[in-house]
Amino acid sequence: MAITATKGQTGLTGNSAVAYAMKQVNPDVCAAYPITPSTQIVEDFSGYVADGEVTTELITVESEHSAMSACIGAAAAGARVMTATSSQGLALMWEMLYIASGMRLPIVLANVNRALSAPINIHCDHSDSMGARDSGWVQLYSETVQEAYDNVFMALRIAEHKDVLLPAMVCLDGFITSHAIENISLLDDQEVRQFIGSYSAKASLLDIEGAPTFGAMTLPDTYIEFKRQQSEAMTRAKDAAIEVMKDFGKRFGREYGLFETYRLEDAEAAIVVLNSAAGTTKVAVDALRKEGKKVGLLRPRLFRPFPWQEIAEALKGAKAVAVLDRADSMNAFGGPVFSEVRSALYDLDSRPRVMNRIYGLGGRDYKVKDAVEVFNEALKAAETGRVDTLVKYITL
Amino acid sequence: MATLKDLSRQQELFSGGHRLCAGCGIPPIVRLVLRAANGPVVATTATGCLEVGTTIYPYTAWRVPWIHSAFENAAATISGAESAYKALRKRGALPGGDREIKFVAFGGDGGTYDIGLQALSGALERGHNFLYICYDNGAYMNTGIQRSSATPFYSSTTTSPAGQVIPGKKQWRKDLTRIVVAHDIPYAAQTSPHNWSDLSKKAEKALKIQGPTFMNVMSPCPLGWYTKSEDSIKLAKLSVDTCYWPLYEVENGVLKINYKPREKKPLVEWLKPQGRFKHLFKPENAGLLEEFQDRVDAEWQRLLDLEGKRL
Repeated sequence: MAITATKGQTGLTGNSAVAYAMKQVNPDVCAAYPITPSTQIVEDFSGYVADGEVTTELITVESEHSAMSACIGAAAAGARVMTATSSQGLALMWEMLYIASGMRLPIVLANVNRALSAPINIHCDHSDSMGARDSGWVQLYSETVQEAYDNVFMALRIAEHKDVLLPAMVCLDGFITSHAIENISLLDDQEVRQFIGSYSAKASLLDIEGAPTFGAMTLPDTYIEFKRQQSEAMTRAKDAAIEVMKDFGKRFGREYGLFETYRLEDAEAAIVVLNSAAGTTKVAVDALRKEGKKVGLLRPRLFRPFPWQEIAEALKGAKAVAVLDRADSMNAFGGPVFSEVRSALYDLDSRPRVMNRIYGLGGRDYKVKDAVEVFNEALKAAETGRVDTLVKYITL
Repeated sequence: MATLKDLSRQQELFSGGHRLCAGCGIPPIVRLVLRAANGPVVATTATGCLEVGTTIYPYTAWRVPWIHSAFENAAATISGAESAYKALRKRGALPGGDREIKFVAFGGDGGTYDIGLQALSGALERGHNFLYICYDNGAYMNTGIQRSSATPFYSSTTTSPAGQVIPGKKQWRKDLTRIVVAHDIPYAAQTSPHNWSDLSKKAEKALKIQGPTFMNVMSPCPLGWYTKSEDSIKLAKLSVDTCYWPLYEVENGVLKINYKPREKKPLVEWLKPQGRFKHLFKPENAGLLEEFQDRVDAEWQRLLDLEGKRL
């Protein structure tokens, strides 16, 4: 059931909150295909369309590949475009994700994180969005329903930022966040409208007189220049993200940064983890702090672009860092967040020891005791200066 | 309908200087279709000869707004553009002010019969207002003449070569037009560029209709057919006169054959000049030629039986 609340505290699931954010954005076009666990976003949004609460053209496509293809056609026509998916759906879009970013179309996609087959599994891990981490999309991760809701608006602003013009993905954990009801604070429609502003595309397929050509073929004499421009836009997306998050905080009082730190300042051992597992980890931090153990947390929010200098700066005081990945790169060298964080720390004069723990694949619970165990291992590494096992599966 | 004189006075929307082969069937098809729009038109093209040959950056042969995104999704891409048009029109935000804009998607047989069939089916079912043009040259010509499901019976291609034991492609051509008709769209037709008037009439009709429309167009390919460039239009005509490629249309479900050859030519007249069928003319393959002719006769008869009927 689509909700009709306008402002204030409301109990919403992650999916309903994202759908409500989309309703408040009222995009010109939404092309989407249902997939667990993001289905409810598309269902709720379809309800808003059916009830005339948005003026969006909803295209109920026959596959996620066509969903992203239609989003690209619509965005190239100058429309503000949004969609949602998960897992196999994102995987099926893969070809088109690169085309959306290569064509510099600021599409916004909510990805409700779910494991990839095989074996088939509908529960949470980050294999889907991590598989798309090099597709040229800005990626924002969300710990809570509130953050997922807020990220939708911030993602749109970053994507459409004149210095960026790249598509953006908001990631939230399947079931854990998508289906859990949280008490969240909604913006009112006017606030949303003022924050996101109106969108005017640089070029449009509907400009008959200008007759633009989108998606021309490039040969070795020009391709790399296009890619360099795209890469530079991704580099600029970091500053755009900072600007947008600051503006969001100033307007609505909810402060967001490139990442969140929790009791990290004097921590000797730190965990780096994305999304909802950070909540569990914070409980472990508090428990261990009570025992006098100096532990803390860093939770990346902006994963693409990867703010490596800021993350290295924030972690440089720690003696040991355990990076938790809810996805495996299957490279026999750990998960994707681990590779990035470890690489970011390389240029520090005095580097923390770094270890990687792969956890929670396919929705396996990650509990406070798991975080405590990782912290204890990291504290040992901090003390001895040695990491016994570089990469290891936990929560088995 | 516009006369040839009228057409010659219209602005060319598909410019010369593109890099499609001499004798390629695609350019006359595109020129006639864009002219038939007779007003603002937006085009998309699936990956293939037409895309590769017309938009090598920084050049473009398109004097209309144009987009290429991928191979299998021309119908999905155009449905996005058409939906954006509706949305922007609704809120009075069209770049050139409020006006009718037509949408045309072009795809080859590979991008339409095969990899793009799902996207096409979806867009037809959803009822977007667009015309889909399939230029059917009977193989994946852009990548070097590999078989598609549109490849004619016993045609030799690089992935169905006529070998010592297998005489080319063993499967009959998929009847895409029939599949499209099964979507119950307002208009579907088969045509050929040798008959500019038939092609133009059908494109004009299709583009006037609100809703999804489809045209399957014979498109000679000297490179893949192993024929002379100057024979393309003649060969397109022979495909029709032999009844291999009947010209017909299905309007609101009713089938009409637009051209019945006074004297149905033997299929070999179309096959003989084409290198892709060379092996069929070896004495030991006489039976295959007979089988091919029989099947063409049967398909033509099926069409005759359906004439005037509601499908």
